[in-house]
Amino acid sequence: MTALIPLASASSSPWHFFAYFMDNTSKVLGLLWAHTWLSVVPVVIALILALPLGWLARRYQWAYPPMMSLTGLLYTIPSIALFVLVPPILGLDPLSPLQVPIALTLYSLALLVRVVADGLAAVPQETAQAATALGYKPLGLFFRVELPIAVPVIAAGLRVAVVANVSIVTVAGTIGFKNLGQLFDEGFKLSTDTPYYPPIVLGIILCVLLALALDGLVLLGSRMLTPWRRAVRA
Amino acid sequence: MIRFDQATKRYPDGTVAVDTLELEAPSGKITVLVGPSGCGKTTSLRMINRMIEPTSGTIWLDDTDTASMPAHELRRQIGYVIQHAGLFPHRTIVDNIATVPFLLGTDKKKARARAMELLERVGLDPAFAKRYPAQLSGGQQQRVGVARALAADPPVMLMDEPFSAVDPVVRDQLQDEFLRLQGELGKTIVFVTHDIDEAIKLGDQVAVLRVGGHLAQLAAPAELLSRPVDAFVAGFVGRDRGYRALGFSSAGTIPTRDEPTVAMGESLPTGGDEWLLAVDGSGAPQGWLHLTDEPHGAVVEDPMLYRGGTLATQGGTLRSALDACLSSPSGRGVVIDESGRLVGSTTAREVLALIEAQVEGAVT
Repeated sequence: MTALIPLASASSSPWHFFAYFMDNTSKVLGLLWAHTWLSVVPVVIALILALPLGWLARRYQWAYPPMMSLTGLLYTIPSIALFVLVPPILGLDPLSPLQVPIALTLYSLALLVRVVADGLAAVPQETAQAATALGYKPLGLFFRVELPIAVPVIAAGLRVAVVANVSIVTVAGTIGFKNLGQLFDEGFKLSTDTPYYPPIVLGIILCVLLALALDGLVLLGSRMLTPWRRAVRA
Repeated sequence: MIRFDQATKRYPDGTVAVDTLELEAPSGKITVLVGPSGCGKTTSLRMINRMIEPTSGTIWLDDTDTASMPAHELRRQIGYVIQHAGLFPHRTIVDNIATVPFLLGTDKKKARARAMELLERVGLDPAFAKRYPAQLSGGQQQRVGVARALAADPPVMLMDEPFSAVDPVVRDQLQDEFLRLQGELGKTIVFVTHDIDEAIKLGDQVAVLRVGGHLAQLAAPAELLSRPVDAFVAGFVGRDRGYRALGFSSAGTIPTRDEPTVAMGESLPTGGDEWLLAVDGSGAPQGWLHLTDEPHGAVVEDPMLYRGGTLATQGGTLRSALDACLSSPSGRGVVIDESGRLVGSTTAREVLALIEAQVEGAVT
């Protein structure tokens, strides 16, 4: 990795993060872009995997408790340990670029399986029953009735997953993967005699902005998919 | 026609919900399944569209064994209405109604046009079409539920306590409209209720089930009231069954006598009887006035009226004729014609004479 070198004139005051940004614009934007992908793609993959698993947990009541314990357990593994453990377990190269997205997918999956199962459980029983009685086949029932009704619950879970991911991704930055986490690493490295804050503050600000933007996107998507929730009694 | 042939539902723990049920629901008629909870009425209903599969026995839909086709195909030919309507909260009213046509692959535009037609047919404003179920009252949702069941024009309808969750006034309205609709459509209907009054009001035939899924009696409502087959049915049908049975006998022409009236907004006359009937401009009875309560010459206004009395329609049932007499504060039952105008008044004694004449006529 290339070190980000501050200009000699740059101050170490935390408030000079903007000057730091102007001096390293293309570098920082590259990190932001990589960070965005790492935050989003694993959640999308996890959601696709969570749909059948959540359905199973809902359909077979006995599968729910063990599945929830397992996914809960997964969340207790520190992220840095998971990043390191994924390659040997899956037989990947220790520096494989896939290890971080895979670990992040596992985290998101742990969260989303429960969310999907609970979202499906929130579908009124009489609604599902009526759908079956009107002649929906199981797949149609799932995609046309149960899933759309579960959208608000699932979207709430997605918001948590995506925001949590923005934060967990930074940990991967400190072990050398390209994302906003590297700004923190940079700040630490440049803090030799006196603390050097600008990249750290910039990293925090960009992470917060990214989290807000992604959260907003999920919220927007959820609202577009659920016009019926805003319909109030006339 | 729907026929249960030795249909049995036994659960793995040994509980028998329905026991070798033999029952035929004739085409174009309403068959009501009624009984206490645990009598297997809902289980029986759900065996028809295979929401519950019978353990043994066969259920026939005309000449077809219902087990001989895929369940979803069977269900698309059978309308289904349940207690809380079970509408799809995420779809507009018009799309809720068009559910089955959509499933059958009907052109969207055509399916929606048909849905709009049905919306009016069940007595809802077309403006409801674009709304969502949560924006409708319970009674309105239930109407949508009926429209949805009718959308693909299925010959058979299953109704599982469809009117139980709405308040009594709305329930009465929904029942009346249901009967009117059935008069136009003539569907083969199996209707489940725990309410014997609803069963008697709606059923062409009523099947009383006892706990354990046994058929206790299958009969027309009037026969069920007059000749319950055993103590269980008699007890279930209720204590005032003699009175309620009058609801199935026409009173013929009720003998009436002219009743003096006063129009709303006019002054009270002096003298005459203690009770005076108030009518509106068209001659429709409004309520009774108790003359000793009011100052002489007072103008007849709404708050002065006693509205407790029911009205008997000329040509209606003996039950409504007798009830009009019993409920009237003056003791005189008010009889109206079909357009709601006053015909005259009658008394309980005269209605009882009609009842006795009918009983004698039936005996001889």
